[in-house]
Amino acid sequence: MLGTTFLLALRSIRRHILRSFLTILGIVIGVGAVVTMVTLGKATTAAVQSQIAALGTNILQIRPGQGFGRGGGGPRPPDFKPEDVAAIASQIAGVTAVAPQAQASATAIYEGANWSTTINGTTAAYFQVQPWPLVNGRQWTPQEEQAGKAVCIIGNTVRQNLFRGGEAVGERFRLGDVSCDVIGLLSTRGQAGFGGDQDDVVIMPIKTVQRRFTGNRDVRLMLVGVDQAYATSTVQASITQLLRERRNITDGREDDFNIFDTKQISDTLTGTTTALTRIVAAVAAISLVVGGIGIMNIMLVSVTERTREIGIRLAIGAVAREVLLQFLVEAVALSCLGGLIGLVLAQAVIAGLTPLLQVPWTFDPRINVIAFAISAVIGVVFGYFPARRAAALNPIDALRHE
Amino acid sequence: MANSAPLISLRGVTKVYGEGATQFQALKGVDLDIAAGDFVAVMGPSGSGKSTTMNILGCLDVPSAGTFLFQGHHVETLDRDQRALLRRRHLGFVFQGFNLLSRTTALENVELPLLYRGDEKRARRQAAMAALEKVGLDQWWDHTPAELSGGQQQRVAIARAIVTSPDVLLADEPTGNLDSERSIEIMELLTGLNRDSNITVLMVTHEPDMAAFARTVIHFKDGLVERIEAHHRPGETPERVEAN
Repeated sequence: MLGTTFLLALRSIRRHILRSFLTILGIVIGVGAVVTMVTLGKATTAAVQSQIAALGTNILQIRPGQGFGRGGGGPRPPDFKPEDVAAIASQIAGVTAVAPQAQASATAIYEGANWSTTINGTTAAYFQVQPWPLVNGRQWTPQEEQAGKAVCIIGNTVRQNLFRGGEAVGERFRLGDVSCDVIGLLSTRGQAGFGGDQDDVVIMPIKTVQRRFTGNRDVRLMLVGVDQAYATSTVQASITQLLRERRNITDGREDDFNIFDTKQISDTLTGTTTALTRIVAAVAAISLVVGGIGIMNIMLVSVTERTREIGIRLAIGAVAREVLLQFLVEAVALSCLGGLIGLVLAQAVIAGLTPLLQVPWTFDPRINVIAFAISAVIGVVFGYFPARRAAALNPIDALRHE
Repeated sequence: MANSAPLISLRGVTKVYGEGATQFQALKGVDLDIAAGDFVAVMGPSGSGKSTTMNILGCLDVPSAGTFLFQGHHVETLDRDQRALLRRRHLGFVFQGFNLLSRTTALENVELPLLYRGDEKRARRQAAMAALEKVGLDQWWDHTPAELSGGQQQRVAIARAIVTSPDVLLADEPTGNLDSERSIEIMELLTGLNRDSNITVLMVTHEPDMAAFARTVIHFKDGLVERIEAHHRPGETPERVEAN
């Protein structure tokens, strides 16, 4: 009986191609929209997260000054000293490494090409705190770092502009007044989350930068790596305590430095994109509901024709159950077909949009399954219940239905 | 009365529609026997109860009171599904409005009752083609109702009604939508089926010309059988006319 029912249902769908198409159109668009929106939203979240992960998670950034601005208009708070770096590294539990940074700007010159760039003086700890692999060359040795040798690791933007994209490692160029050996090339990071080209940088041992460029022992910025086992907030509080003591800040006065937790930014941004994804998904879900109403409309419009059909089937000896089963199979087949087309359509749209939006291609089985299940339920509900009403009619009344 | 048990027997059948003030008694106690192999025309003005009787005889409706025996079995106690199965096995229907499935070929329309009977595909095809051949439309098997004339559609409907080799063919004004020439073709077809396949035919009509093809004519009036006439058709032996 089930085989017969399937045959009857498929025949009916085939015979009413336009009606079937209109019926499933709403489902196709609804399912397609929901899956596309949710998937793209998740991809955007993933993109934001991976950008932040590139900054490094579990990193504290410590700068002099309050918040982002200088604040107050008073005298500029002093930079840190190498002793502060050593103190944090040795006295705070949960700190894996502390990378001091001294920054300067200079014009680099190589065979007639010149390029203005940022010099970042640091220690080997810089590469422990955050993942930033070299694509070529090597890091400086402890001896080179200690001696303040003029060796440098360059970012890809510098290579593109100064060396015209050629092989840079092993070359020597002038940086300001200093003759400098390229020993390494950094992998490309791209735009930072807050603007600025992260690859436009020359990294050198901090002593070299202090001696040859800034002329003092100041540390502009510290990056502190935090052990996964420790809460960044605890470590942050300990460092605050230590630095207040070292900088002689009496109780009641505010910090003249700020500690920035990258994990906090990560959480905030992830939360924002997740909220946006939910909103967009809600809008798309409305279109799925509208699709369901479309199905209901088509079913109700065709109910006259279908009521007579039910009457004929009942009169020639179909049991009401058989007629209902046929309509149920029809509704399920239609809405599942619509759901499947919607899923395929969504994948096509996602594949087309991901390069445009610069987000990674992702596939989330859960949302696909959910959207498909909803489409099936809508189809069954709106397709089945008008039929049930018709099948409950007396065959004579159903036949007379105009 | 017939010398064997009648195919169909109604006793004291009433049918009441509605309740209270709007109550309407369509049948007021009908007694009727129909012998197997008969060709019966049911006539009467509208409201006389002829359609109600046909619906009850077609197991589409149930009497309010009284008994309905079909081949000696009580029908009035059967439920909806049991009556559907009885229709499936023993009855065939032809309607005034043809009632074919649209966008469905003649062959598929004729196959439909066999599908519900669960016949195999090959058996279905053969039986449906044979039925179409009987009504002279085997050449038109792949045409949809929209591509067929009214007379052809009605012949497809007849093929659909007889494809299951029913005991009884119920026709509700089968010529009501056709011109006189087509009507006569349909009547000749029904007469032939009654004679050659020994199918009992019950036909509602208001046209005396069509009723003239029947062997027995039952006149209804005001919810009761008014009178029953027996016709003798040329070339037939009077013994076969058993009604009354």
